[in-house]
Amino acid sequence: MTEIGLGHYLTLGAVIFSIGIIGIFLNRKNIIVILMSIELILLAVNINLVAFSIFLGDLAGQVFTLFILTVAAAEAAIGLAIIVVYYRNSGTIRVEEIDKLKG
Amino acid sequence: MIAHSIFFYSFSIIAVISAIMVTVSKNTVHSVFFLILDFISISCLFIMIGAEFLGMIMLIVYVGAVAVLFLFVVMMLNVAQQKNQWFASQESSGHIPVGLIISTIIFFELIIVIGGWKYKPDLFDINNSVNSFNVSNTHSLGQILYTDYIHVFQLSGMILLVAMIGAIVLTFRKRAGVKKQSYLKQISRERSEGVEVLEVETNKGVKIDD
Repeated sequence: MTEIGLGHYLTLGAVIFSIGIIGIFLNRKNIIVILMSIELILLAVNINLVAFSIFLGDLAGQVFTLFILTVAAAEAAIGLAIIVVYYRNSGTIRVEEIDKLKG
Repeated sequence: MIAHSIFFYSFSIIAVISAIMVTVSKNTVHSVFFLILDFISISCLFIMIGAEFLGMIMLIVYVGAVAVLFLFVVMMLNVAQQKNQWFASQESSGHIPVGLIISTIIFFELIIVIGGWKYKPDLFDINNSVNSFNVSNTHSLGQILYTDYIHVFQLSGMILLVAMIGAIVLTFRKRAGVKKQSYLKQISRERSEGVEVLEVETNKGVKIDD
């Protein structure tokens, strides 16, 4: 078993990032799962930043991970509020039925 | 080093499997729980490689706040029973292979970038290392967070404030039939519209509030 290095963590980040992308594309259920996939993508970015920060010995990566955490929490709160308002107005949050903008 | 490898592989396998389960699970509540498991295993990885503060913050912020927020919204909106219909509607599932292709391409691009890297031999020997000082991770993070990054730190506080106000304003609604105190109405009352002096005639009484 080789020593766990930077590449291992970056690969883990790449895998979780790709799973998040898959989750956004394949989702047929509701928007909440899409929000969770976005959280997964941000988590993958955090893994990359922390791994670089630790292995290169620069603390700036961890500081920026802290800010990404903040922005992710704010984004989750705003997104869930928008979902609640949409559900209250239209009674559904299924991805297929959200077509008000004819996208 | 063996223990490090064992812990890395077990936590990362748990993280990847639970990330897959977040996207494919039929019940949204199960997705939220797998998201929690994912964050817990990743924060274990963070703690393992020496970023203890971020691991703990991640536990507090995600498992403590964001996951509860997701669970709350899922249960409030009553979509937990809404079953996943991946392959039920065949005509609208044409984007599934597209998504798979795109994410596979992105994955292999990332792998190529990582694998094709040649590190400089003195890359890991930079001696401003986090572990080289005899202070804890939290201590050193706090030392630069409140000095070099103070403006960004305050900006993130502003972001949280704006997010809080935005969420409240978005979900606030006026309901009919709820009694509320109106300060403006209270303090702008005049004596002339509050009190009325009437001349009461005998045996007639007063008709109030017509």
